[in-house]
Amino acid sequence: MVYWNPIEVMPVDELKALQLKQLKMLVYKLYTFSPFYRQKMKDAGVTPEDVQTLKDVGKLPFMVKKDLRDGYPDKLFLATSREVVRYHASSGTTGKPTIVGYTQNDIEGWSESVARGLVSAGVGTDDVLQVCYTYGLFSGGLGLHYGAEKVGAAVVPASTGNTERQIDLVQDLGVTVIAATPSYLLHMGEVAAKMGVDLKKDTKLRLGILGAEPWSQRMRDRIYEQLGIKAVDIYGTSELSGPLWSECGDQNGIHVWADMTLIEVVDPNTGEPVPIGEKGELVVTMLQKEAFPIIRYRTGDITTMHEEVCTCGRTHPRIGRIQGRVDDMIIIRGINVFPSQVEHSLMTNPEVGNEFQIVVDRKGALDTMLVRVELRPEAFGDRVFELDAIKDRITHKLRGSLNVGVNVEIVEPGSLPRFEGKAKRVVDKRVY
Amino acid sequence: MSEVGKYRIKQLSIFSENRPNRLGAVAKVLKEGKINILGFSIAEGAGYGVIRVLVDRPEIARDLLTKEGFVVKFTEVLAIQMEDRPGGLFDLTDHMKDINIEYGYGYRNPPYAVLIVRVEDIEKGIEQLLAGGLKLLDGTTFH
Repeated sequence: MVYWNPIEVMPVDELKALQLKQLKMLVYKLYTFSPFYRQKMKDAGVTPEDVQTLKDVGKLPFMVKKDLRDGYPDKLFLATSREVVRYHASSGTTGKPTIVGYTQNDIEGWSESVARGLVSAGVGTDDVLQVCYTYGLFSGGLGLHYGAEKVGAAVVPASTGNTERQIDLVQDLGVTVIAATPSYLLHMGEVAAKMGVDLKKDTKLRLGILGAEPWSQRMRDRIYEQLGIKAVDIYGTSELSGPLWSECGDQNGIHVWADMTLIEVVDPNTGEPVPIGEKGELVVTMLQKEAFPIIRYRTGDITTMHEEVCTCGRTHPRIGRIQGRVDDMIIIRGINVFPSQVEHSLMTNPEVGNEFQIVVDRKGALDTMLVRVELRPEAFGDRVFELDAIKDRITHKLRGSLNVGVNVEIVEPGSLPRFEGKAKRVVDKRVY
Repeated sequence: MSEVGKYRIKQLSIFSENRPNRLGAVAKVLKEGKINILGFSIAEGAGYGVIRVLVDRPEIARDLLTKEGFVVKFTEVLAIQMEDRPGGLFDLTDHMKDINIEYGYGYRNPPYAVLIVRVEDIEKGIEQLLAGGLKLLDGTTFH
């Protein structure tokens, strides 16, 4: 078995001792240098001395998306701009995104994490790896890029879109590994078929690093049968750095590197840890991040945790497939979208009312998102081109703030459902 | 209302979303209100439509439609009389070269025909059409 780093097979008790040391150092550091987290600890009545065992992590306060949003742009940073070497941005729940910063060591740790995962799935220096995640402020593209480059694979930074050209590159450059969302990979298979290219027979593709959206075992099997590609799951979020952890070749769950991370799975209602192996909300503490420390961050993702040593020999804990969200966030073509973001953008248009509906579906392999919004009677004029212009304006604003290709439909006032309690804004017609 | 004000005809514009049988729903309201339709057209937009109707009792029709949840607005249009023969429309357009027409629709009502138009500047439109010797129908023809 090939390991990127021998620490991947460190005996469990040594790993846990290392984690405890990292945790204590992190807590002292934050208590001393982070006004935000020191205040949170004081409010919770906790001091660094209270953390003496790994279990004591439960005494520490959680960090939530709201903290990150309120900290815009860099109030939670522990590094100055001189030390920061990269910024990434992730979806906010309203108008503003969350900004994450990285020092050189943070980039190094992030790349190391991804590299370990890639090697555990069998990626090596002979591989040609095409990155089809978005490059830019979104952390997906660059995260895979730096990890794959570190391993020594030949990286093709394709990003998203221009699928026909991507298929040409896959053939002409002898691409063996592809990193993409599962729906994009299936879409690529469809486009290739139209071009007369069989991804199974006409390319060297053998491995897929697939994530950023939920996908099932059924999809995994379909990808293997139709495209000849063995697919492993990858997970991460920008708040934690970006894509971080992936499945080894035994496809037994995602390895979460314990020397860099402490994970918990808690009951989303009580915050208490659930018995090992049971599902709950993933809570993450990043033990070594410098610029943007994350401690007990509630990811909102529902999963299970497993501590047995994997069949591959790695001793670090694993998490199972993400099974859902605790909130109303949806994922469209790998991009996180909160209904509250949609609401925030829609309300800047005086021509539409307060009610809206999001209809999500899948055309072929790709997700579609339709936002239906009610026209205000005062905004109705007899001129069709003015109504078209209103629709275009709404669409343009939405696309700009969500970074997703969304369509808009104007409907009559009173035609959308009203809700007594919590509004159910999303109709999701997708079947995985 | 001024002398020429009588030529400003009240047309109903109804917003219709992209749902089956919205036209039927509108027609039902008008039927139940015993409203008679005198002129009619449907304009399509991107994913919705605008139904434009001339009726015999516009205020009542507006109230009935609004009560049923429709978004309705009045628009002022002009009704220009044409001769019911080949060339009838052409003769009309000869006098309309300086008028900016936004949209129009027509119907035949022997012994003549009518062109309903919305123009950009209705006052100027009335002035120029009358000066050109054209016949405009007034409100009493309709309501």
